[in-house]
Amino acid sequence: MPTTTTTELPAWPEGLTRVPYWVFQREDVYAAEQENLFRGPHWNYLCLEAEVASPGQFRASFLGDTPVVVSRDHDGELYAFENRCAHRGALLALDDRGTAKDFTCVYHAWTYSLQGDLTGVAFKDGVKGKGGMPESFCLEQHGPRKLRLAVVHGLVFGSFSDDVDDIEDYLGDEIMDRIERVLGGRTPVVIGRFTQMLPNNWKLYVENVKDSYHASILHLFFTTFELNRLSQRGAIIVSEDGGHHVSYSAIDREAERDASYSEQNIRSDSGYKLADPSLLEGFSEVGDDTTLQILSTFPAFVLQQIQNSVAVRQILPRGVDRTELNWTLLGFEEDTPEQRKVRLKQANLVGSAGYISMEDGCVGGFVQRGVAGASDHAAVLEMGGASAESSESRVTEASIRGFWKAYTAGMGIRQEVQA
Amino acid sequence: MTTRDVFRLIGQAQAAYARCIDSDRLEDWPDFFTEKCFYMVTTADNHREGLEAGLIWADTRGMLTDRVSALREANIYERHGYRHILGQPFIEEDDGREVRSETPFLVVRIMRDGSSDLFASGRYLDRYLVEGDAVLLAERVVVCDSSRIDTLLALPL
Repeated sequence: MPTTTTTELPAWPEGLTRVPYWVFQREDVYAAEQENLFRGPHWNYLCLEAEVASPGQFRASFLGDTPVVVSRDHDGELYAFENRCAHRGALLALDDRGTAKDFTCVYHAWTYSLQGDLTGVAFKDGVKGKGGMPESFCLEQHGPRKLRLAVVHGLVFGSFSDDVDDIEDYLGDEIMDRIERVLGGRTPVVIGRFTQMLPNNWKLYVENVKDSYHASILHLFFTTFELNRLSQRGAIIVSEDGGHHVSYSAIDREAERDASYSEQNIRSDSGYKLADPSLLEGFSEVGDDTTLQILSTFPAFVLQQIQNSVAVRQILPRGVDRTELNWTLLGFEEDTPEQRKVRLKQANLVGSAGYISMEDGCVGGFVQRGVAGASDHAAVLEMGGASAESSESRVTEASIRGFWKAYTAGMGIRQEVQA
Repeated sequence: MTTRDVFRLIGQAQAAYARCIDSDRLEDWPDFFTEKCFYMVTTADNHREGLEAGLIWADTRGMLTDRVSALREANIYERHGYRHILGQPFIEEDDGREVRSETPFLVVRIMRDGSSDLFASGRYLDRYLVEGDAVLLAERVVVCDSSRIDTLLALPL
């Protein structure tokens, strides 16, 4: 159960089709999210297992605002704990990544094992019999909080909660299968890391990720250069609790055969063509017909396959109107040199400068600024109905409604809505 | 050609490059490159680790042309401009036909509403081809000091 009380908040509108703008603006909401969603009974993405592959390797990350360390000890296991000295609270790891024998706080040299256990306190017994910690001080009773960890096809998720379901149940079979589809049986290799600072509340970015309605409207790259395939089929999957989603599109072989004749006669409306169309000369990512799969897990993680651009995105709130978006672009050890080159070219599609994603960097800010004086008004989410269910049409806001269904439940704003 | 001449040619070419972008003549930007060229924008962290992917990655001049067409015709972003301030090129290698140089830069971004911010700092790692009195970029790796980009990177650096 959520522990931070949100009873002082204005009433949430009935159903799932209205989202009050105050939810993107209030400091008390932000604080409650940190406690209920990021430190609460949910799984948040921390890093790739490939980044902590060998004993002694560590990766500093975040659960929302809370700094954490993921490390691999010499027993081969992964551990994670708060990046905070139990003494006076200073950070233990100051680098994002590295290799360590142990973690020693720079402030007073309290030392922790790779599992996050306090193993030493400088001058614990004083100097020449004077000073030092009291005899009753027990190392075992002090230490940073530890996290539960779960690894899903190389993705490391963590939670402070003992109550959260096992990750397989938390995500459900459909989401697990879709993660496996992209990452299963392969060894990811990091080919680039980029951080994009968004001028908006984190939930506006999550909404954008789950918004299958905006794709062809806001992102005009494919349309302008006549790169859309006519014969696509696709759908969205929304998990039962609403919080996780997949949107995908695939080549429709049957329609392609029918359309092949008419395609001969297609004229470019825009008149624009790519000077170097090799950008889109890719390969079937995992041997099937799915060319795009955007997957998000509650509350704030994205796994993307956009043609041959595979990446994970960690969404970190950094204030009511500021969000850090960490992109990790992936290749695979199994890539041929030609396939790797395709990934490098198609990385142009995504990220801060991405042909089909740069708009997502600014549009959340347009909303944040647009609603500045409208706290008591609400966004309208009626496209595709009022429910938060899987759909064969992507002209729907069902997965955004799903997010708000999981959000309001997780925040204790109201009991789970029947929809 | 003397080192002094090469220094002058590259200095002049880079001033023209910055002026081209800052005065919104993006259509001319690909002309600073050879047809078979390499241009990428990356970060110091990625560069140090040898990570290959860029924020922008192009291995033909056509891909640079496409960047500009996309910015003009397809991509949506709030109107803004840059002011590039370039340091002196440091000539690392000069064999008379090919010159490797490194140049530090600062880029101020000026938004529609007038707000001006230091948007990027970094260095250009360049390979220039010298043809008589002209130099063209065969390779420019833009290494940004920070791994953070505020909002989006539309105009080239």
